[in-house]
Amino acid sequence: MAYDLAVNGQTHHVDADPATPLLWILREQLGLPGTKFGCGAGLCGACTVHLDGVATRSCQVPLGTVGTQQITTIEGLGTPAARHPVQKAWIDIQVPQCGYCQSGMIMAVAALLAHTAAPTDDQINTEITNICRCGTYPRVRRAIHALAQAGEATSHG
Amino acid sequence: MGKIATWTRRGFIAAGGLVGGGLALGIAFAPNRLGIKGDDKALNTWVKITPDNRVTVLVPHCDMGQGSQTGLAMMLAEELDADWSLVGVQEAPALPAYANEYLVRGMLLGAAPPLILGRAVDDAVLGLTALMGLQITGGSASIRFTGELGMRTAGAAARAMLIQAAAARWGVSAGSCSAAQSMVRHAPSGRMLTFGAVAEDAALLPPPAAPALKPFAAWRIVGTSPPRFDVAAKVDGSARYAIDVVLPGMLYAAVAAAPVFGGKLLSVDSAAVEKMPGVHSVVRLDNAVAVLAAGYWQAQTALRALEPKFDDGGHGHVSSTEIDTAQSALLAKGAGSTDVKRGDAAAALAAAAHVVTADYAVPYLAHATLEPPNAVVHIVGDKCEIWTGVQDPLNARATAARAAGLPRENVTLHNCMVGGGFGRKIPDVMDFIEQAAKLGRAAAPRPVKLIWSREEDITHDYYRTAARARFQGGLNAHGQPVVWRADYTGEAGEQAAHLPYQIDNQLITGQKYANHVRTGAWRSVDHSQHGFFSESFVDELAAAAGKDAFQFRRDLLQAGSRQRAVLEMAAEKSGWGASLQAGCGRGIALTESFGSIVAEVAEVAVAPSGAVQVRRVTAVVDCGDLVHPDAATAQIEGGIMFGLAAALYGEITIENGAVTQRNFDTYRVARMVDAPAIAVYFIASHAPRGGIGEVGVPGIAPAIANAIHAACGVRMRKLPLRSVAMAAGPAPDQHASAL
Repeated sequence: MAYDLAVNGQTHHVDADPATPLLWILREQLGLPGTKFGCGAGLCGACTVHLDGVATRSCQVPLGTVGTQQITTIEGLGTPAARHPVQKAWIDIQVPQCGYCQSGMIMAVAALLAHTAAPTDDQINTEITNICRCGTYPRVRRAIHALAQAGEATSHG
Repeated sequence: MGKIATWTRRGFIAAGGLVGGGLALGIAFAPNRLGIKGDDKALNTWVKITPDNRVTVLVPHCDMGQGSQTGLAMMLAEELDADWSLVGVQEAPALPAYANEYLVRGMLLGAAPPLILGRAVDDAVLGLTALMGLQITGGSASIRFTGELGMRTAGAAARAMLIQAAAARWGVSAGSCSAAQSMVRHAPSGRMLTFGAVAEDAALLPPPAAPALKPFAAWRIVGTSPPRFDVAAKVDGSARYAIDVVLPGMLYAAVAAAPVFGGKLLSVDSAAVEKMPGVHSVVRLDNAVAVLAAGYWQAQTALRALEPKFDDGGHGHVSSTEIDTAQSALLAKGAGSTDVKRGDAAAALAAAAHVVTADYAVPYLAHATLEPPNAVVHIVGDKCEIWTGVQDPLNARATAARAAGLPRENVTLHNCMVGGGFGRKIPDVMDFIEQAAKLGRAAAPRPVKLIWSREEDITHDYYRTAARARFQGGLNAHGQPVVWRADYTGEAGEQAAHLPYQIDNQLITGQKYANHVRTGAWRSVDHSQHGFFSESFVDELAAAAGKDAFQFRRDLLQAGSRQRAVLEMAAEKSGWGASLQAGCGRGIALTESFGSIVAEVAEVAVAPSGAVQVRRVTAVVDCGDLVHPDAATAQIEGGIMFGLAAALYGEITIENGAVTQRNFDTYRVARMVDAPAIAVYFIASHAPRGGIGEVGVPGIAPAIANAIHAACGVRMRKLPLRSVAMAAGPAPDQHASAL
């Protein structure tokens, strides 16, 4: 089946089985390997992308269900020249270790902060369920709070 | 022409010129000459300084996010007196032949034909690298060995040569010149030259045999925390792991191995599956079946449609219950092979005023690196190229060569960023490389990318062993411990079982237990179980003596010792002794591993339901002088989270000979909600450098178990701790300290 996908602001034509998970379309057909495969069961969050701004585990999204939703991957969140605030905070606080989970982690955090500018620890625990085996969680939390504070400073400033 | 100097009996320093000008300097040495076990290991270090004044450090270790590539470059730059902003790093291609070729052709000579440099360098330095059978990142050794022995010496040697070259150009004595910020300076005349400007001259000089290293007080790069080299690419999706490698015409492979270790493939009917869309072929391996397809999802879908029949290798009866029973029976037989013997434990136990006994048990654990095992293999004719991300590229290459039936020198391995190691990607556990090479043969001349599913990873790991230990401890009439008796399952001589405490009578023995379940090194290796065993039992002795857990330990440590300093600081920083809410408690543990001393205090809350929440962890670490304090802190944080996940949830069980758990729903790991506030402190003792990557792990399980006891009086002797209610049954008894 042929589909037109809106990925990172561009339309891509793909032809594949409608049951194919979006993850593999992104990685193998669109050349966007920043979105990672971790479990294939929606448990780890390494494959998190935004569908119309909502953090979504792309290994659980069949191609045939995507429709006209706007897909944003880590490659579309920001670039080295124009990094997203979450990406900047990740560098400032040196969050990543092996880095494999971090695309998904960053996408999940960016979506959280987009709707909750200053999340509480409980909200962070509920919303950020991505797995990081290196154990970067304390720094992820620190980075989220730093972003929330900076956001507040901007809005009050 | 290249020059070479013998640098101590254990290594060589060699120097040569670069095409286009500049200095290349290398160190080669063999740890076996240092008494480190293994007769074919060697490490090497290279640095090049180019006319543009840039310094490139070639690091022979992979980066799994532990920051050692950055740290090693810092150690070299420190001795070189380089301007840190001009320093870059490259991972060495860790293959003897490839390293030779790469170093000579690629690094030293650009595209020029090899051997312009001269036989001396090639034979003596690069020839030494050909002795390498292993080039491993593990054992928390990068900074300790490569850094201390290789990087610092290479930096110091290059600095001496650059100063000498500048002095010669100015016609002054080298002693009247100094170096700073990648410049050589002649103070009396105020003249300055960049390293790059004199690098070509320096390349003509003989390297010094014994370059002087800087004293601690002169360090200005080491001990700071510049951004790690690897981080930026990890925030925008541009970091490339082996799983991201794409080659033209590449096939994708999914594999299913015999569920029971030792099992073989009996039969598989592949006719229908071979007709599925995108499927290229079904490949039968000795103990596995694989599907090659145009895409990974197609390969995985087709694999799931197969109904392969495997035998169980005669192990189908093995279960966790049986393993538990067998290990208990081993310990019940009495002492195993002696590990530690001091005084007379039997007599001391007989004479003790109070004897405490306890049994502990830990389960098998999976590594579950978030990047599942994978590799890309491309075989054309008798040449093989392989892309993977492992902790030992040389061993991976040898494994691939064996499986592909090719001589090692025909195999080129590209080591990529490693998406988590923890011991899963070290030598002799590279079954996925073996599979990939065989599938590469089947796909040839097309390349193939093998990716393990998470289920394949969880069910086919080399697990941290399941183990049990039985303890007897004796107190005298004053509540002082006089005897420590421990028997554990495991090879005798596990240093992890040794005590930092002064107890006069000790007998520690080990009994080997093995079955068909594959075991291997898991972050902190034996320390991961012995830390839990010993530090739980010390706590039980303290409780039996009616003493405070911190004070009891402190009294058993020598005054003025590093161990005591670490323990005392942990108590101070954690607010040890300050009151907590009902249902909360603190637990302390002191462990020593990989040359570092760590004390951890966990603060936990036990809910009426029995649920355990670790709220806060305070860690104090003495690992000698720090290279990169922020990366070291991150490693301790990560080690604590890794150990915490295992302590609370980690468990692999065996039924009918096979692993029961399949994915992260059944093999639970830590998430954000489990992460306590972690505070890490270091004691800069100037002691010889210890490791950092693993040393945070061993102390957290006992610290949590001890905290649970402090919180509710229940002693947890079996991991995972999961919930107090499950372990203790009826309502926790405040005085249930188990004696």
